[in-house]
Amino acid sequence: MNQDIIGAISTPPGEGGIAIVRISGEGAIEKINEVFYPKAKGKELIYQKPFTLTLGYIRDEGQGMVDEVLVSLMKSPRSYTGEDMVEINCHGGALAAKRCLERVLSLGIRLAQPGEFTQRAFLNGKIDAVQAEAVIDIIRAKTDRGLKLALKQLEGKNSQYIKSMEDNILEANMLLEASLDFSEDVGDLDYERVRELLQMSRDGIDKMLKAGELGDIYKEGISVAICGKPNVGKSSLLNALLGKERAIVTDVPGTTRDLIEEYVNIRGIPVRIIDTAGIRDTSDLVEKLGINRAKQAIKDADLIILVLDVEAGMTEEDIRIFQELENKERIILLVNKDDLLEKKIKKEDIELHFSGIDVIWASIKEDIGIQSLAEMIERKVMAGLADGEQLEFTVSLRQKELLKEAGQYIQEVLEALELVPLDCLGVDMQNALSSLGQLTGKDLKEESIDRIFREFCIGK
Amino acid sequence: MIYQAGNFEVVVIGAGHAGCEAALAAARMGCKTLLCTLSMEHIALMPCNPSIGGPAKAQLVREIDALGGEMAINIDKAQIQMRTINTGKGPAVQALRAQADKQEYYREMLKTLLAQPNLDLLMAEIEDLEIKQGRVSAVITKTGARFQCQAVVITSGTYLKGRIIIGDVIYDGGPGNQFPAQKLSASLLNHGIELGRFKTGTPPRINRRSVDFSKMIEQPGDDRPLRFSFMSPRIKRPQLSCWLTHSTPRTHQIVMDNIDRAPMFTGVIKGRGPRYCPSFEDKVVRFSHKDAHQLFIEPEGRFTDEMYVQGLNTSLPEDVQIEVLKSIPGLEKVRIMRTGYAIEYDYVPPSQLKLSLEIKQIEGLFTAGQINGTSGYEEAAAQGLVAGINAALKVKEKEALILKRNESFIGVLIDDLVNKEIDEPYRLLTSRAEYRLLLRQDNADIRLTPKGREIGLVDDRRWEAFNRKMETLEDTRTLFQLNSFTPAHREAADFLKQKGSAPLKDRISWWDLLKRPEISVSDFEEMNWIEPLDEEIAEQIQIQSKYQGYIAKQQEQVKKFEKLENRKIPEEIDYDEVYGLANEARQRLKAVRPSSMGQASRITGVNPADINVLYIFLEKKRRN
Ligand SMILES: Nc1nc2c(ncn2[C@@H]2O[C@H](COP(=O)(O)OP(=O)(O)OP(=O)(O)O)[C@@H](O)[C@H]2O)c(=O)[nH]1
Ligand SMILES: [Mg+2]
Repeated sequence: MNQDIIGAISTPPGEGGIAIVRISGEGAIEKINEVFYPKAKGKELIYQKPFTLTLGYIRDEGQGMVDEVLVSLMKSPRSYTGEDMVEINCHGGALAAKRCLERVLSLGIRLAQPGEFTQRAFLNGKIDAVQAEAVIDIIRAKTDRGLKLALKQLEGKNSQYIKSMEDNILEANMLLEASLDFSEDVGDLDYERVRELLQMSRDGIDKMLKAGELGDIYKEGISVAICGKPNVGKSSLLNALLGKERAIVTDVPGTTRDLIEEYVNIRGIPVRIIDTAGIRDTSDLVEKLGINRAKQAIKDADLIILVLDVEAGMTEEDIRIFQELENKERIILLVNKDDLLEKKIKKEDIELHFSGIDVIWASIKEDIGIQSLAEMIERKVMAGLADGEQLEFTVSLRQKELLKEAGQYIQEVLEALELVPLDCLGVDMQNALSSLGQLTGKDLKEESIDRIFREFCIGK
Repeated sequence: MIYQAGNFEVVVIGAGHAGCEAALAAARMGCKTLLCTLSMEHIALMPCNPSIGGPAKAQLVREIDALGGEMAINIDKAQIQMRTINTGKGPAVQALRAQADKQEYYREMLKTLLAQPNLDLLMAEIEDLEIKQGRVSAVITKTGARFQCQAVVITSGTYLKGRIIIGDVIYDGGPGNQFPAQKLSASLLNHGIELGRFKTGTPPRINRRSVDFSKMIEQPGDDRPLRFSFMSPRIKRPQLSCWLTHSTPRTHQIVMDNIDRAPMFTGVIKGRGPRYCPSFEDKVVRFSHKDAHQLFIEPEGRFTDEMYVQGLNTSLPEDVQIEVLKSIPGLEKVRIMRTGYAIEYDYVPPSQLKLSLEIKQIEGLFTAGQINGTSGYEEAAAQGLVAGINAALKVKEKEALILKRNESFIGVLIDDLVNKEIDEPYRLLTSRAEYRLLLRQDNADIRLTPKGREIGLVDDRRWEAFNRKMETLEDTRTLFQLNSFTPAHREAADFLKQKGSAPLKDRISWWDLLKRPEISVSDFEEMNWIEPLDEEIAEQIQIQSKYQGYIAKQQEQVKKFEKLENRKIPEEIDYDEVYGLANEARQRLKAVRPSSMGQASRITGVNPADINVLYIFLEKKRRN
């Protein structure tokens, strides 16, 4: 049977341990191979035998790492579904699995519907009807409950979002279709209005997606790395944030040699905080290894606190560390030891070398600036996402996929507006309607036809 | 007393737009056919607007033509104005519309019917159907004639228990003061067919000589009028104009002053009317903020002074109608020739039909046209054609013709009728077709002529013309795809410059060059790069190249659609046996009885989980 490739997370969310992303369908192995980088050379998935395990990474679009994973392969017909299958065991838990799945879906693999793996297993003769029906029972109960839950989520607090987004796209579509089917009654299309409506609905979608991410963050947390040259007070900062003496603090530069990870709750956000070895040129082998680890951790972190020391002054080392950091909007600059009278760092120096970066003057010793730092962390998380009002918003992966899809179609209409004939615009517009319709369970196409008759006096 | 009057293979009840197509199709497919009409003088009657075509409807007319139906040919003969509307909005929504000479339309259709071998025309009211063991076996007329038959197509339009309403004047009647069909409804009910009631309306007709056209805007026909039928000769006849005027605040005041006498609001009218064709009084009440509504004054023919007031359909009392008309610019001295009215009639809620238009529980009985809850001459004709074809195929014991949503507007129409809950007269809209870009009026012949040939309705002349066109098209496409320009080509470079088109960077095929919005096939002709092309060929080449991207996108969607469409559901399936269906889905599936998974997925109330469950059930059945 000529079926498309489907994927889903197969361990129930919330259960600990390793989460698995499951993919099934003809060509699944080749597809996943595109984003899988084996740890050992020559172990690309396409060269692997069935029933082998391969260690490696799932890469994102920009060659960054999504997660370290263990991948197992099964070839048709010897698999659960009877098709080619890939199972990605994610080390990073539920959040990492989610990211892996999103990466997988970005390859054009479709999110599996509830029960679809079982359905395929049955259709390919891998399980019998009784087994299949037992699974249906569970799925039925789950989806019905899930559906209710999802709808509840969509209603309530966030309903005005969905409603206005839906309203906007419906009105845009209505204007377009009325001008096509009833041109003599309604005249020509008001492009400006359509553009405005589409932009509003796309903004609405973006907002929901971001709100969804925000929901994730409150559930799954973020990572913050503390970095800087030796002896600036990084470990002191970790201890201050934790409220306990976790890391060793001495006045000997190069005290911290390895990563120290701890979890702390900062203004409601679960934060994985990582203290790192001070970065400098060194010939000490152990320190060198520590510094390498520090660099990797800094690269992967959601936020970075770069610590300076007023006593040591601003050195070339500081500037080099700063320059090597990617995504500068992640950085908070913490100028430490502000309690000391002799200050070798001036405000002007900061502005000159770190312009546009958020700065906090602090003394960890005197507990000055720690509060501001916490606020700054929260603010940065929000800024990258959405306004703080709809904090309880979460979107399921399915909803997210549909929102993304709708957003893309709307974007395509926006880009083509006034460049292509109206009937062509209709193609993507209808796609957008259908994606949003699946989200809310409504037949938006029919609704927009209804609207034509409500809003316009049709009669020719 | 009932007497044996004859033996036919197919009987068609009603000679409106659906009935004529049904009867012609059945007869042309070799079936001995009887066409019954209430009035020999009202065949192919256009009791409402004097026009055919427009968005979605033009596509239907062209599809009817490609399949070997009559409407396109007939309107080409009877047209008095041709206009293409929606130009510039894209090929999928561009639509030809004709103004018709109603008398001529009738005469031409009558000629065709009379000349048709295998076809008998009879003036008679059918009062009863005879059903034996679930299959239709005869029809019986009011005067006692019993015609034995193997299939019946009912195309009774708005005649079933028709009731005319003009203010407080109410009487039984069909459109245009015809006799209604009073008894057939009872017969249908007796045979277990459910009926509903709809309403529609028509405006008053006025005398041309009483109109002051100087106060109106003229709407002439196109300079180079196109034709509907791929087989008609080019149109040369002089084109008559329509005229545009509008209502005034005084008009609306008159309506409001008399609204207590409007049947719409007194509760006399119970049937549900179409929202896309509201009565004038409805418009005034619902859109009270508007102080003018457009009105089109359209000729009803060349040899009559009657003119149709498009946009003013009404069931207000006659005296109010006259007052209303006189308040309209240009109609100050108007003399009315026919009064506007509303009509209520019985219809068969179409969820009782199969996609072949056969009634589910009565073999050999088909319904088509307004009886199925649709509106519009074109929608009626399209259904009539399909029902006629399927009645003939039934007689020949062959598989029914079912047109799909991705291949025709006719398919969209019938699929909607069967799967959707129709709670107002159904009108086809281009927006109802999800693959609109593929279902254009320009390619109806390419889509459907082979189907028409297979059925036996496309004669040799049309088939040869079609094959010639396809060959030329293929050759021309190859020509455009194989030829190319390089940046060094001087003539091309000069031409592009003069067109304001970007200079070439690489070699480009003519085909790809055509994709530039500012370049058209006629440029190639003017530059003498190609021989002048036939208009239809030029149009195809242009559309196929320019819209290639979007067309491909739609074809992608169609592929997905077809996967589900091709998974058939056996007719004898018992939905009570299907384990795991949600209750609502089970009910709806039992009512509609879809023929494929695709159709099942379009039924309101059936969701993806139900489809998965259904899959598993069918597979289990297949294995046992
Ligand atoms: N005066 C003053 N001293 C501080 C402050 N914060 C940290 N120190 C001192 O700075 C020294 C270095 O502190 P650490 O926290 O070990 O520094 P570090 O950056 O972790 O150093 P490495 O691990 O060696 O890279 C210790 O002696 C701290 O007591 C401060 O705010 N004011
Ligand atoms: Mg340290």
